[in-house]
Amino acid sequence: MITTGTAENWMENFKELILQNKDELTTLDQAIGDGDHGINMARGVQEMHAMLQEKTFETPGALLKAAAMVFISKIGGASGPLYGSALMKIAAEAGDKAELTDQDLLACLEAGKKAVQQRGRAETGEKTMYDVWDPIINTFRGEETIDWKAFKKAAEQAVDSTVDMHAKKGRAAYLGARSIGHTDPGAFSSRLFFEALADAAQEEN
Amino acid sequence: MKKLINHVDNIVNEMLDGMTAAHPNRLRRLEGTTVLVRKDAPVTGKVGIVSGGGSGHEPAHAGYVGPGMLDGAVAGEVFTSPTPDQVFEAIKAVDGGKGVLLVIKNYTGDVMNFEMAAELAEAEGIKVRQVVVNDDVAVEDSSFTSGRRGVAGTVLVHKIAGAKAAEGAALDDVHAAAESVIKNVKSMGMSLSPCTVPAAGKPGFTLGEKEMEIGTGIHGEPGVERTDIKPAAETAEILFNKVFQEMNMQAGDEAAVIINGLGSTPLMELYIFHHAIDRLLKEKDIRVEEAVVGEWMTSLEMAGVSFTMLKLDDTLKKLLDAPSNTVSWKRG
Repeated sequence: MITTGTAENWMENFKELILQNKDELTTLDQAIGDGDHGINMARGVQEMHAMLQEKTFETPGALLKAAAMVFISKIGGASGPLYGSALMKIAAEAGDKAELTDQDLLACLEAGKKAVQQRGRAETGEKTMYDVWDPIINTFRGEETIDWKAFKKAAEQAVDSTVDMHAKKGRAAYLGARSIGHTDPGAFSSRLFFEALADAAQEEN
Repeated sequence: MKKLINHVDNIVNEMLDGMTAAHPNRLRRLEGTTVLVRKDAPVTGKVGIVSGGGSGHEPAHAGYVGPGMLDGAVAGEVFTSPTPDQVFEAIKAVDGGKGVLLVIKNYTGDVMNFEMAAELAEAEGIKVRQVVVNDDVAVEDSSFTSGRRGVAGTVLVHKIAGAKAAEGAALDDVHAAAESVIKNVKSMGMSLSPCTVPAAGKPGFTLGEKEMEIGTGIHGEPGVERTDIKPAAETAEILFNKVFQEMNMQAGDEAAVIINGLGSTPLMELYIFHHAIDRLLKEKDIRVEEAVVGEWMTSLEMAGVSFTMLKLDDTLKKLLDAPSNTVSWKRG
């Protein structure tokens, strides 16, 4: 069950995880991108945290929509539009429900996944964040309740699967075959996004 | 990291204020944004042209804001695309009633953020069209990847689309002029030393004392080949040949050429490089009226050079020679 409080914890957990892994994200991005992923995400989650401190929300959807706006206007790069669009669609799917069941949540994540795919014009196996979003949501689609431990495990495995992929989208694509052997930084931050959700949902239950 | 800055968080802000302070009669900063527009924006009855991207490529793009080129430039964080809200502010500020053309360099982030801004503008009833510049031949073109990167050839898109807009042309015609440049312009770069994004604090890649990288991108993206350092003439030949083979040019054709320093290559070396390029052009009997040699699209303090060539026809030549009056590009 996701309440407004859970949604807030999700976003706050995401902030903590991004800040803890900021250097790791930068290192991953320097290997196959332009090295700004950790910096940009850290700026975004800090702005989001400041916004959450100031405002109160009635529903998870309203809170996530506000978070989406911060991401869109503060992150830049490709991550801003991708996370921003995903959260925007998640929020839209959540609508004005006060609480989301696990099934509602999976529908929200499905909408978020589609947003990532559309905005990034991404397909499976191109070594992007979509390679975390897609398998997770495919794994849990149709489940009545989410086993959060398995959920976290699925996120971890999805990130690891990007190591052997040959990048076809984003700046890593310019490296061609040299991108093989590296973890995709966007996939890594997406794992943190889902880990943050799992931790928040587990606290709730 | 050694840089002449104050605080890492204030770099873009202070640079933009520094630019408007230096050129108060040309540039105006939209309050609360990272957008610089020409002082007299919006120009009624003229198509507005907006470009932008991550900072660290100065004088791109604000150096090209002014009559005959851009109406507005949006600056992102260093090497990071500006956000949609900022681009949207630029679009609103330069729309003189005939619509706005967005000139985007082909990077995933830039394309997404400008696209979202265009969606916002269209929702407010502003006509927007966009072009995506992809002149870097170092990267193979393929429909399965993000395609080729936009580099120094973008400046020629600014110039020619800007000249077309200054004639009073409609948005579709300005768009067509920009597309015609994109079709005919190719570039390729190389680097001798990397650059450091201030917030990252360490270089994006490393090169040995005797190494160079061919095909480096303007954000320090790794190139296509790392080799032992070669003389300027040989390096020029590598870049020239790769660019030339991608162009459909014959003896007697006319071209515009940009020799672009990436940030810390002395002008002396750029002229030495051009000396070699000039010989190659003469061998192929390609006529170049005047090469532009200097810094046009830099990559922070990277050492290296890029070579850009645009095949000219009468229409493009006329627009290239038309007057422009910006901080970094003056003609007529």
